[in-house]
Amino acid sequence: MSELAVAMPGLNLNNPIMPASGCFGFGREYSNYYDLSELGAVIMKAATGTARLGNPTPRVAETASGMLNAIGLQNPGVDKIIEHEVQFLAAYNTPIIANIAGSTIEEYEMVAAAFNKTDHVHALELNISCPNVKEGGIQFGTNPVMAAKVTERVKRVSKLPVYVKLSPNVTDIVAMAKAVESAGADGLSMINTLTGMQIHLPSKRPLIANKTGGLSGPAIKPIAIRMIYEVKQRVDLPIIGMGGICNAEDVLEFLLAGASAVAVGTANFGNPLVCREIIADLPDVLNRFGFASVQEAIGKAVFV
Amino acid sequence: MIKKEKLTIIATEQIAKDTIEMKLKNIHVSETVVPGQFLHILMEGHTLGRPISIADIDKENHIVTILFKVIGAGTKRLAEYSVGQQIDALGPSGNGFPLWQDEKVTVLLIGGGIGVPPMYCLGKQLAKQNVNVIAILGFQTAEYVIYEEKFNQIAETYIVTDDGSYGNKGFVTDLLDQVEEFDCYYTCGPLPMIQAITGKLKGKDGYISLEERMGCGVGACLACMIPANNESGYKKICSDGPVFRAEEVTI
Ligand SMILES: Cc1cc2nc3c(=O)[nH]c(=O)nc-3n(C[C@H](O)[C@H](O)[C@H](O)COP(=O)(O)OP(=O)(O)OC[C@H]3O[C@@H](n4cnc5c(N)ncnc54)[C@H](O)[C@@H]3O)c2cc1C
Ligand SMILES: Cc1cc2nc3c(=O)[nH]c(=O)nc-3n(C[C@H](O)[C@H](O)[C@H](O)COP(=O)(O)O)c2cc1C
Ligand code: FES
Repeated sequence: MSELAVAMPGLNLNNPIMPASGCFGFGREYSNYYDLSELGAVIMKAATGTARLGNPTPRVAETASGMLNAIGLQNPGVDKIIEHEVQFLAAYNTPIIANIAGSTIEEYEMVAAAFNKTDHVHALELNISCPNVKEGGIQFGTNPVMAAKVTERVKRVSKLPVYVKLSPNVTDIVAMAKAVESAGADGLSMINTLTGMQIHLPSKRPLIANKTGGLSGPAIKPIAIRMIYEVKQRVDLPIIGMGGICNAEDVLEFLLAGASAVAVGTANFGNPLVCREIIADLPDVLNRFGFASVQEAIGKAVFV
Repeated sequence: MIKKEKLTIIATEQIAKDTIEMKLKNIHVSETVVPGQFLHILMEGHTLGRPISIADIDKENHIVTILFKVIGAGTKRLAEYSVGQQIDALGPSGNGFPLWQDEKVTVLLIGGGIGVPPMYCLGKQLAKQNVNVIAILGFQTAEYVIYEEKFNQIAETYIVTDDGSYGNKGFVTDLLDQVEEFDCYYTCGPLPMIQAITGKLKGKDGYISLEERMGCGVGACLACMIPANNESGYKKICSDGPVFRAEEVTI
């Protein structure tokens, strides 16, 4: 195995770097910048049962060391994604991870089942940061019982491994991780964005039309590291880590905290070549800090 | 094609209140850019790019000009750059204005405030192609007026200011029925101005250039959407635009 390779359920990665869901579309735009086969894997933009138009604009705002977004899960629906986008990505020699979302448990099941029927998707990432319309809008991702329920139901219809993407908007991240572990999750993906707000001074109104948005970028990295570190000590699932990664040093920090692979989101906006550059820099950074391989660095932070 | 490029600043000058004109040297951008396209300028310390339109193209010397208004942290930072420094940008981004090749055509350009620069870039190209160009330019006050002499060389030019401190007092729309017959119009500026123009010129052949807050600037993140009359119900300003046919999108 090469120094950058990592094996996780359903995923034999040549390297641990993948673009994060929603920050890379379905890869088409970035395929103009470099060969997507260089990536460890690609995580697609969220898919829902039917097409969604998303939120009104403005949908993004810049913040100190980060940004807020409220795209609103805009996507053409799972069938079109399978027909057009999965087909497009399948031409590259890199695993595809499908990010799935829904407003009801049935919608999650339906989307998961649809991706299971294609040959080209290697794993599912369950985006549970959505409110459940049937249960009065309770967030799947902030309630351990709901999170476990949706995980269990999706697992039942899925041969593909399921990585549950945890929301950081909770008091006890370990409780969330344990709940989805006992519901059968194959892995974790963490963290999603933190809910925030920015007020536009001239209009005295929230700048984002949706009022609140999800904070991402370097501002949230310490929170991601802390949460992965806490979860790694108590839960026995492989973790795809994310939150503010900009360079190979950041990647090593995530590996040390306990991530087996990482996703890079917001940093693609400031530099469309960032994933490729991180992959190129990673061997040197590993060596500089005394590691011969990615595998060797995983979870090597000193746990006290 | 969009590339990530380094552009070298060869001149930077304040030419009106809060308004900077910057000349940038870069082979790829200068050789491939067309009027209406923009640069997505990336700066250290800023998560997101700043979209800024191309105001002039000098292919021979590999120079493009941008004009920007200092309104917040990013444009303030950009204004502090000096000659010889380099800036990173994605570009040329977006799609340009369709260009007439027919000499017998008259076009009307309507620019508002910092929407004037892309109108100049377009007008200069059209004039070169012997198109008859008329321009109506609107500014808040006399202090913000830019590129008047340059427009005079390529177009029959009318200037209005909100307070009458320069040119006619009023809005660009006040002049729409005073200029000669035109075949097609192009406009860029604040959204209320564009809405007023497309309302008044309904049925005319027209092209509008729109703004929205952007994330990726390349069509991947779906930040910059505008409702449209197509199958998906939307278009992306960064990659389907910023130029649209007036009736193609819902503003
Ligand atoms: C296609 C296009 C072409 C443009 N061309 C020009 C031009 O030629 N000259 C010029 O002066 N301005 C132009 N603008 C507007 C320019 O992008 C904003 O004024 C600039 O981004 C403000 O950045 P800031 O950091 O100073 O302001 P801040 O308000 O601090 O910016 C915060 C965030 O909001 C975004 N933002 C704020 N205002 C706008 C806006 N009007 N449009 C899009 N994003 C905005 C910024 O990019 C940044 O991400 C253009 C916008 C678009 C979409
Ligand atoms: C514009 C934008 C869109 C996003 N869309 C999704 C999405 O569709 N599904 C999802 O699970 N996460 C989505 N995310 C969250 C990211 O995948 C990632 O978890 C988060 O941004 C933290 O990583 P980063 O700091 O590297 O961006 C989105 C983030 C951004 C900035
Ligand atoms: S800014 Fe990302 S799609 Fe337009």
